[in-house]
Amino acid sequence: MIGNSPPINYIPIFIFIAVSLAFGIGTLVLSYFVQVRVNDPEKLSTYECGSEPISDARNPFPARYYIIAMLFVIFDVEVAFLYPWAVVFNKIGLFGLIEMIIFIALFLVAYVYAWKKGGLEWD
Amino acid sequence: MDPILPDIQLIAILPEIILALLACGLFVAESFIQREKKEQLGYYAIGALALTLLSTIPLWGKEISTFSGMVVLDSYALFFKTALILISAIIILMSFEYVKIERINLGEYYGVILFATVGMMLMPSANDLLSFYLSLELMSMSLYVLVAFMRKDPKSVESGIKYFLTGVLASGIILYGIAFLYGTSGTTNLGEISVFIKTQEIGSSPSLIMAFILMITGFGFKIAAVPFHMWAPDVYEGAPTPVTAFLSSGSKVAAFSVMLRVFINSFDLNSGSWWQILWIIAVMTMTLGNLVALTQTKLKRMLAYSSIAHAGYLLMGLIAASQIGYAGIMIYLVGYAFMTLGAFTVIVLLCRKNHRGDQISDLAGVARTNPFVGLTFILFALSLIGIPPTAGFVGKLFLFNAAIQGGFYWLAIIGVLNSTVSLYYYFRVVRVMYMDEPAEDLALSFSPGMKIALGFTAGMTLLLGLYPEPIIRAAIDSVKIFL
Repeated sequence: MIGNSPPINYIPIFIFIAVSLAFGIGTLVLSYFVQVRVNDPEKLSTYECGSEPISDARNPFPARYYIIAMLFVIFDVEVAFLYPWAVVFNKIGLFGLIEMIIFIALFLVAYVYAWKKGGLEWD
Repeated sequence: MDPILPDIQLIAILPEIILALLACGLFVAESFIQREKKEQLGYYAIGALALTLLSTIPLWGKEISTFSGMVVLDSYALFFKTALILISAIIILMSFEYVKIERINLGEYYGVILFATVGMMLMPSANDLLSFYLSLELMSMSLYVLVAFMRKDPKSVESGIKYFLTGVLASGIILYGIAFLYGTSGTTNLGEISVFIKTQEIGSSPSLIMAFILMITGFGFKIAAVPFHMWAPDVYEGAPTPVTAFLSSGSKVAAFSVMLRVFINSFDLNSGSWWQILWIIAVMTMTLGNLVALTQTKLKRMLAYSSIAHAGYLLMGLIAASQIGYAGIMIYLVGYAFMTLGAFTVIVLLCRKNHRGDQISDLAGVARTNPFVGLTFILFALSLIGIPPTAGFVGKLFLFNAAIQGGFYWLAIIGVLNSTVSLYYYFRVVRVMYMDEPAEDLALSFSPGMKIALGFTAGMTLLLGLYPEPIIRAAIDSVKIFL
């Protein structure tokens, strides 16, 4: 039974945590003392995947991004569920089909709601 | 080869399915009707709850365990489901007028309340750590939204953020506790955990102790027990008043219902020394709740501390860990829900245009102009203190009795002393209502819904005090599953 495993079995995990902590802190401390510091404006500016940064990141931006991103995540997850379902579809048969129809119908409700509320409009 | 499909009996969650679908329908309907007609969605929500209540009738007396044992339907779960549907209906009744005054008459308000109710109804049915966690989250997520529903009011938003942050932290802690329980027993099913704990005699294993500490911390947040109560006064004050009532009745009833099942099954409460931790928490909770309530000048803050104190009384039943103790928790929870809902209904009555009405002084002279409101508030105050013939008395009788029978004499003494302290601050409000001069423009915002809510809560508080036999019998029968 799994439940009988005494805490002694977790010792490798604690060793792992200790080693990774020591390595991380050690590297940072060591590099702080041995590094050579040459600062120029280009180097100190924010790294923006190669393009020139145009402004500070802490600017207000439209909340619509958030809504679009949220909708995207929801439908992304839906598709993620559809893949494994499609793989075993032959085996689960009608039961699986009905379950998935209910699942998608619930998404449809959310979609209709978001649409009518103007969540998909940009302006 | 066919994959093994789990044994599913949908009838076990029939009320929840109906309510969830109707809540989805409410959201669709909401986006198609005009703003002036949004009020109709409140009636729709009442209808949905009535239908859900009807759908519980064919389930009475059934014992079903389904979804691979994740959900059970027994008389214990049905007892709480019925109570939670009634609580939710009262909340919606008292919201009609309030949402118009506070300009939050959006249909979503009712829809989110219905979703929270679905989560609450699933909680007493949860017989697996995961289904319990999922239903807890459904309830909590909906409540986060509801608390911050007055989004133009900084206080409401502040309390929403506070509730969200502490609530998420508590959920995380509960999840960590679940992980330890799973690590100890190798299963998430509460029935199997219970068998494992009773046969393996690992009461003092470090991982079980960790699980207990984490679980009691997480639940302490959810039921607002000291020292995890800090969020409660601020959140109760800032949230829309019906939502505050929902927090202090519905979410507390649901959290206690699932706490009972989880704790009784996962930790052998009768043996071992778990009661010591619970004892300290219970004593701190009722003492601090009552003492701080003495100094409050705001009604909602006062009721928040009073609600903290009541969580302390309720924990006595868990400490006693006997049939009468568990039954006491059930009886007290139902009685407490009705009396606290009644008290909040009176506060909602005070809310008028351009006037929040959440100070105790706002109640000045209300009993002179509205004798009925004065009388009902006296009834709720008596019940909250625990004086017969009210529901609060019956509940406290059972809880204190359980403590004495279990040999926890000091606990019972501290409980009685605390009830005496609470007499002062409840009756200070009554004094203000009767003795002080009424303000000039004292027109309470009465509406049919408010009258029904006030009448129903007052009637139930009195009925459960005068004729408690059916509920006592139901509670004692229901807790047999734990013994």
